[in-house]
Amino acid sequence: MIELKFHISGGDFDTAGTASSETKKILKQLNIDSKVIKRTVVALYEGEVNIAAHAWKGEVAVTVKDHQIVALLKDEGPGIADINMAMLEGFSTASPKVREMGFGAGMGLPNMKKNADLLEVESTPGVGTTVRMSFDF
Amino acid sequence: MKIEKIIPLLKAKIVCGERRINDEICNVFSSDLMSDVLTLDSENILLLTGLANVQTIRTAEMAEIHYIVFVRNKKATEEIIQLAEEHEMVILESPFSMFKASGILYANGLNPLF
Repeated sequence: MIELKFHISGGDFDTAGTASSETKKILKQLNIDSKVIKRTVVALYEGEVNIAAHAWKGEVAVTVKDHQIVALLKDEGPGIADINMAMLEGFSTASPKVREMGFGAGMGLPNMKKNADLLEVESTPGVGTTVRMSFDF
Repeated sequence: MKIEKIIPLLKAKIVCGERRINDEICNVFSSDLMSDVLTLDSENILLLTGLANVQTIRTAEMAEIHYIVFVRNKKATEEIIQLAEEHEMVILESPFSMFKASGILYANGLNPLF
């Protein structure tokens, strides 16, 4: 079992994606199927961008087991007021700055759901959000 | 179509990835919306975009896209080039608009994804 941990700074679009990039390198070294790697890093990257876009700070933990990758993204931030709405394609509360970066189209969480075998989202408004995803292989 | 043929068609300049100039491209996707790019299931595509920032390269990295054209005179910064080289990507800069660049490539037989 391998565990990777990363710190994400809210609002930092210069380094957003570093955790996903490092995870991708490790998964390739482990010779995990390329389709599984792509599903994992696309969903992880969407999560990283969400933390950079919405939260104050966050932690990402990736655990690679024998036949499963688990990603836990925990942030401190404004949280999600209505998770059902946030899961709808096209719903977004992203700022103009985030949209200028090419994101904020309301496709992040739906795309994470599409790529992960399991997606769980828990959020407390004013406190933060925890996202747990798993990818089977 | 090889990258080396795409370069004159788009009056483009290659800013990194010269050693992949003979790589073959079949499919093209044009978008400034990285959220859209991240939903693509296809790989080995050429991305036309007017969005030239580090997250464009990060998005391409995650989506397994190795060929990017920055349209309407958008320039790749040193940071972009460094990251793109690290991931063995080809970056072209074209003076044409997204519409014109897309039209030229479509007219020359490259395929859309949808």
